[in-house]
Amino acid sequence: MLKELVLLFLIVFAGTGGELCVTRAMKKIGEVKDFRPASLVQTIFRVLGVGWMWLGVALMALAFFSLLGMLSLESVSFVVPVTALNYVAGALGGKFFLGERVMGRRWAGVFLVCIGVTCVFFSRR
Amino acid sequence: MSSSKLTVEEREDMAPMSTPRHNNAHSGRHFKTYFLILLVIIFSPLGNVLLSSGMKEVGPMTFHSASQFFGVFAQVFTSGAIWLGIASLFVYFISYMLVLSWADYSYVQPATAMGYVIVALLGHFVLHETVTPLRWIGISLIFLGVLVVGHTPPRTTEHR
Repeated sequence: MLKELVLLFLIVFAGTGGELCVTRAMKKIGEVKDFRPASLVQTIFRVLGVGWMWLGVALMALAFFSLLGMLSLESVSFVVPVTALNYVAGALGGKFFLGERVMGRRWAGVFLVCIGVTCVFFSRR
Repeated sequence: MSSSKLTVEEREDMAPMSTPRHNNAHSGRHFKTYFLILLVIIFSPLGNVLLSSGMKEVGPMTFHSASQFFGVFAQVFTSGAIWLGIASLFVYFISYMLVLSWADYSYVQPATAMGYVIVALLGHFVLHETVTPLRWIGISLIFLGVLVVGHTPPRTTEHR
């Protein structure tokens, strides 16, 4: 039980942190318009030059191995839904670390996700 | 005429539906957006299901000693299902990154909401997991919640 909670914590916080870093890196690169293989490879190399991408990928790798650990213990229809706590972490992180003003409607969505995750959590045998 | 074309292009963002004749670049972008979102919807749940079936073969991860750790590590990375899962998640990840380079996070989010439903369906029908009614209710609430989160303005930090 403790093991699951630690893994869930890592999946959620490393995963959300990783996504935030990757989003930031991709917005720095700008819109990808050319889908020919050669220029896609070029884009990949440009992406690798952005520091945020490395941090993002490291965090996502940590989240990935935690996910593997969790999947070795629980069924996938349990694991993936409980990782929806990402949205809660995202809203809280946005408010308290980035100073975003999270609106009422977004809190309502986050609240629904919380209830949903609680249901899934208690559906565990 | 050429000046009116310029104006149309400039105003594309304000009136995207009213300029069907000048729409080539625009519908091209729509196509690649929908195509990449489709890849996101398919490959994220598929990857998770493959990883899950691979990890069920490996068995519960336990790290009581270093040799045990490397044993599990070797088992994980010689499993075909795990590599297929990683390949699926790689396709998902690249598509997701590409689409996020021009589309709003909140626009892409409903696609990730679908993923929760699809992963439960695959878990039930492919891996024969028992999905109890309570779990279905929870997954539906998560789906709704993610949709509601996605329908809020993408930016709140501009005006102070």
